[in-house]
Amino acid sequence: MTVLLNEKTRVIVQGFTGKIGTFHAEEMMEYGTNLVGGVTPGKGGQEHMGKPVFNTVKEAVDEAGAEASIIFVPSAFAADSIMEAADAGIKYCVAITDGIPAQDMMTVKRYMYRYKKEDRMVLTGPNCAGTISPGKAMLGIMPGHIYMQGEVGIVGRSGTLGYEAAAQMKALGIGITTSVGIGGDPINGSSHRDILEHFENDPDTKAVMMIGEIGGPQEAEAAEYFKNHMTKPLVAYIAGLTAPKGRTMGHAGAIVSGVGESAAEKVKLLEEAGVVVAPTPSDLGVTMERVLKDL
Amino acid sequence: MDIHEYQAKELLSKFGVSISQGGLAYSPEQAVYRAKEIGGDKWVVKAQIHSGARGKAGGIKFCTSEEEVLAAATELLGKTLVTHQTGPQGKVIYRLYIEEATDIQRELYVGLVLDRVKQRIAIISSTEGGMEIEEVADKNPDAIMRTEIEPTVGLTDFQAREIAFNLGLEPKMISQAVQTLKGAYRSFRELDATMVEINPLVVTGDGHIRALDAKMAFDTNALFRRPQIAELRDKSQEDPRESAASDYGLSYVGLDGDIGCMINGAGLAMASLDMLKHKGGNPANFLDIGGGASPERVARAFELVLADEGVKAFLVNIFAGINRCDWIAEGVVQAYKQVDVKVPLICRLSGTNEELGQKIIAESGLPIITANTLAEAAEKAVEARNKAVGA
Repeated sequence: MTVLLNEKTRVIVQGFTGKIGTFHAEEMMEYGTNLVGGVTPGKGGQEHMGKPVFNTVKEAVDEAGAEASIIFVPSAFAADSIMEAADAGIKYCVAITDGIPAQDMMTVKRYMYRYKKEDRMVLTGPNCAGTISPGKAMLGIMPGHIYMQGEVGIVGRSGTLGYEAAAQMKALGIGITTSVGIGGDPINGSSHRDILEHFENDPDTKAVMMIGEIGGPQEAEAAEYFKNHMTKPLVAYIAGLTAPKGRTMGHAGAIVSGVGESAAEKVKLLEEAGVVVAPTPSDLGVTMERVLKDL
Repeated sequence: MDIHEYQAKELLSKFGVSISQGGLAYSPEQAVYRAKEIGGDKWVVKAQIHSGARGKAGGIKFCTSEEEVLAAATELLGKTLVTHQTGPQGKVIYRLYIEEATDIQRELYVGLVLDRVKQRIAIISSTEGGMEIEEVADKNPDAIMRTEIEPTVGLTDFQAREIAFNLGLEPKMISQAVQTLKGAYRSFRELDATMVEINPLVVTGDGHIRALDAKMAFDTNALFRRPQIAELRDKSQEDPRESAASDYGLSYVGLDGDIGCMINGAGLAMASLDMLKHKGGNPANFLDIGGGASPERVARAFELVLADEGVKAFLVNIFAGINRCDWIAEGVVQAYKQVDVKVPLICRLSGTNEELGQKIIAESGLPIITANTLAEAAEKAVEARNKAVGA
């Protein structure tokens, strides 16, 4: 099994006919993703790459049975697209778009609370590389070939550092159930903790790797969750040990602005909770290998 | 994006926050003119740089005559002010704000931030104004009150009153305080701020509430819809390399080491700096070239990194997803030929089309040191740096 996404999941692309949407839709289909169409307001009724285009997400849900969506809509309009997906009954949404204003995301999160938890759309991102269940489906912009199918779940903020982890594990023969990018923004759809819960409940995931970074409270929440609720081993790495305080390191959310937000403090919290922390970004694979051997 | 104190005060006053009378000066003569314009016989000459803690660093002068205003302005203009927030290089004072001196009875603190735990705006208030809130949090955490604001409703009157009473304000000042707090909240929402800090918010001798110092920061992702804020950017207060980088859409942070870096992705960039440190090196910069790394972008990134004369070795670490290693390799080869590279270059290419990329580097005939893994790349970069400085 996988989490959030498998080979049957009926996927649509929001921002389907644009250059970026088109490019990645093609890659996703090639990977085997069950792409059933896309949305571009005003182009409904047309066909794009052999798939139907809809004016609204609601139509895509009604007519194509869309269950999951991936958003490539430009940052000024992306928040609206996420809310449209939530309203239309999409179950899982990945927002790739980078640069969404933080207060727009605050509105999105507030809007989503109008649905009961069991009916609420799961959102990952924005500003992420997406989600992949290797060998089954890809809802993202990652190079699919670096992921091997297997038993480890990955959750991480960073795209390229997630690739690094997957590639190191593949080199050691370790495969992945699902890899989920939660993105580098200060307000995001799902937290590390939210995704850990999915992996904890997935019978096929044997261990989890979490790739965090400086800034924000989510690694501390994850440590707390691990301590109180997780039965599966967790390997973590926190990027930004050398990052100076008060500087934004690329990701809008990667800034140490308060107590507990530095990499050193997060590492300490995680270790105290019993999480195995990889000492350097080159040790992601070997640390997981060691943990799996002990199982 | 940060702005100056006088700009923050001007913005806040438009939202009903009361401020002291003041004016901007670019020259000592203009400073005196502003003092005359304001009238009275007590003024404060305040250095306008993007930093707090200016008072302790000597950037704020109390004056009781026009001669003193002239002297203070002459001393401050053009001076580099070093505060504990600016870093050792400090920031140059090009603008002064001349303000009437305020009869201060009490100093309070009000700050608005985006609370990442609650995912909404929170108001931090404290009776201990005039010092940094981190210091208060450390020494006297009970003096701090935190109020979360429901985004769809906004700051309610009762919440604002609660804060005001908690600040120990007299009943007759409560409505003024409510107006100030609601104004600050509206400015945060309507201008896409990420931080609004009024420190101190003072009670004057005649029973008024005023923002004596103010700081605002804005969400760069929202500047497209806030042109009036985008205009307030002052590049003289930014690291020139960081300004240049942001003009090219690159994300650069200058650090104090001597190994230059160009990496794709913020997480991998941070991790690569950590790896360098782990191998005994010291990064000179953080640089994320991002997704679509065209040869032009790579060339700009090379120029930026190598403009730092302290750089003794240069590490390029790419894990290509949307990027393709062959494009990056072509960019690196082109940039190497265009830009005068005098230091050893270490290049690691992984991900999409890595064999193709590695082949392009190998066949270029350029003295580029290649590596297959992150650890190997960091090791070779530190080695090359040590050799270059003769260590």
